[in-house]
Amino acid sequence: MGRKILFITSDQQRYDTLGCNGGTLARTPVLDQLAADGYRYERAHPQSVVCMPSRSTIITGQHPSTHGVWMNGVALPVDAPSVATVLHDNGYRTALVGKPHFEPFLDPFARFVENRFATQALAGLHRGFEHFETAAHGALGPLHYSRWLAANHPEAVGMFYQVLDMSLEVSAAGGGETGAPQVHDNAVPREWYHTDWVADRTISWLDSVGADYDWFCWMSFPDPHHPWDPPASELGRIDWRDVALPDGYIEDARGREAVLDAKPRHWRAWYDGRLVSNYEAPANWVPATLTADQVREVNARNAIECELIDEAIGRVMASIAKRGWADDVDVIFTTDHGELQGDFGLLFKGPYHVDGLMRIPLIWRPAPATGALPASITRPVGLVDLAPTFCAIAGVAASDWMEGAALPVDDDDADRRGFQRVLTEWDSELFGVDVHLRTITRDGWTCSAYQPGFSHDGTEGELYDLVDDPLQQVNRWNDESMGSLRSDLLADLWDHQPQMHSPLRRVEAPV
Amino acid sequence: MHMTLGSIRHHTFIRRGPDEVWELAGDPARLHEWFPGITSCQVDGNTRIIILGSGLPMPEEILVKDDVQRRFQYRITAPVFAYHRGTIDVLDAGDDCCVVVYSTDCDPRAMALMIGSGTAGALDELRRQMEPA
Repeated sequence: MGRKILFITSDQQRYDTLGCNGGTLARTPVLDQLAADGYRYERAHPQSVVCMPSRSTIITGQHPSTHGVWMNGVALPVDAPSVATVLHDNGYRTALVGKPHFEPFLDPFARFVENRFATQALAGLHRGFEHFETAAHGALGPLHYSRWLAANHPEAVGMFYQVLDMSLEVSAAGGGETGAPQVHDNAVPREWYHTDWVADRTISWLDSVGADYDWFCWMSFPDPHHPWDPPASELGRIDWRDVALPDGYIEDARGREAVLDAKPRHWRAWYDGRLVSNYEAPANWVPATLTADQVREVNARNAIECELIDEAIGRVMASIAKRGWADDVDVIFTTDHGELQGDFGLLFKGPYHVDGLMRIPLIWRPAPATGALPASITRPVGLVDLAPTFCAIAGVAASDWMEGAALPVDDDDADRRGFQRVLTEWDSELFGVDVHLRTITRDGWTCSAYQPGFSHDGTEGELYDLVDDPLQQVNRWNDESMGSLRSDLLADLWDHQPQMHSPLRRVEAPV
Repeated sequence: MHMTLGSIRHHTFIRRGPDEVWELAGDPARLHEWFPGITSCQVDGNTRIIILGSGLPMPEEILVKDDVQRRFQYRITAPVFAYHRGTIDVLDAGDDCCVVVYSTDCDPRAMALMIGSGTAGALDELRRQMEPA
């Protein structure tokens, strides 16, 4: 019998939402304890800041250029490499419960198998998972959670926020007490909410696994991704009026706009409502209208969703202990990307490679039986390193198609094995607006190079000192004293850039 | 500037004469034979109802069926669409070959992406069926 793996992801969760990472709003004692008992990564980055490319990186162990899911709406082929297949082939029982999003959600022709699993009661191995039970952010659609809700609690279906508006754009409709976009009072009882459903279904699957099996279970929570509509019964946990504004929110509008003006022009254009370059932000919302109180209310609800996830994880851990597996289970927790959540006066996500979107929580609590010593790792790592990490835990060789390396267990290990840099990429083409950027983070700096596109001529960039400017408010790209450093970082960026998959995979849907 | 119309165009080159390809592509009652994700078509006069793979019925009005130009044009009449035009052109490319163009213009624009990617898959399937093995 080997080590079992509980892999937990949330969706769109910032680094600073966890107590172990300095967060003070959400109470996350379960994850804090896992971090205290294991490895806590202080500079973990996704290889894309949107869901489908990032999740495809997790399962393939490849950068977006390599696996070819270059933007949301591009499907990862069903026969793409999968670390779950590797583990299954090596005797692991495998399951994914929750949000997959390797194929587009918006699928009226039902062309994608992910959207047919529930409606056609499909079974059998899929991407290496013998059990595949799905959920997303709302109560509509063909996934298992929405069908379960409609069948068992139809009165709750209409309680959730409608993520898309009548034009099928991400809705800008506001709610709560401040009218913040994608905020909504959801009357759904907590036990019917998708966070608890994902934990319930995970526990159910674990209960079906024989005690002597090794297993790999990916428990994938759809929250705290917007909409921010946690069960109304939980809103009393945090009064938004008591929430401090985040450090990244510049209260003075003129100061905020000056910071935006020093960044490539699509930043300010989005803020002013002149350009929405990606589908993931509401097309009919102007960030400049965002108020301080709206930021407070969004952050309060986001924190409540983080607390619910933490408590759900606690229930699953208790179930694992009850099975007698407590000493044999590795737990890895992370997310697919971050959320701006008020930084620079912005919400949601897009082609903006700053810490709000790129710095993500990553915790690896090795099986206690291994006797691993806790550590905080400051060197850069990426989600691309997860697949080889799962292989290392399972005691099998990483596949040659994986581009990362098993996560380091401390900084010395990181230095010995060359964890110097982490890469993040963005490509999007939507209704005539294209954005392309490549980013490297190393030696305490983040450097982004823009390639020619709708708003950029290929000369623009961003360069931030992560130590002296942790909020990335001073763009040093055009600082002449930084010329040599910028050149070095760019040379390293292009030296390590994976080749773009050819031919380019087709965009099948907005998301 | 927020434009509400999405306009998507796909095409494919087929090594088969335009008249033979048009026989299938220009027949409104046979769309489901080459459009993955459409399970059936029912034509009554200039009305067509297609059934999507998701089970959703989609009513359409046939606007143009021009056997001389080899152009077929229709619009989805479901209320969610403020505007829709679907256009199939089969163009003679000489040497017993043709180019098939499938265009989608749509408001809401997000729907153009979803329908458009379906039409791209349909063109792949049409080529597969029409080209000699």
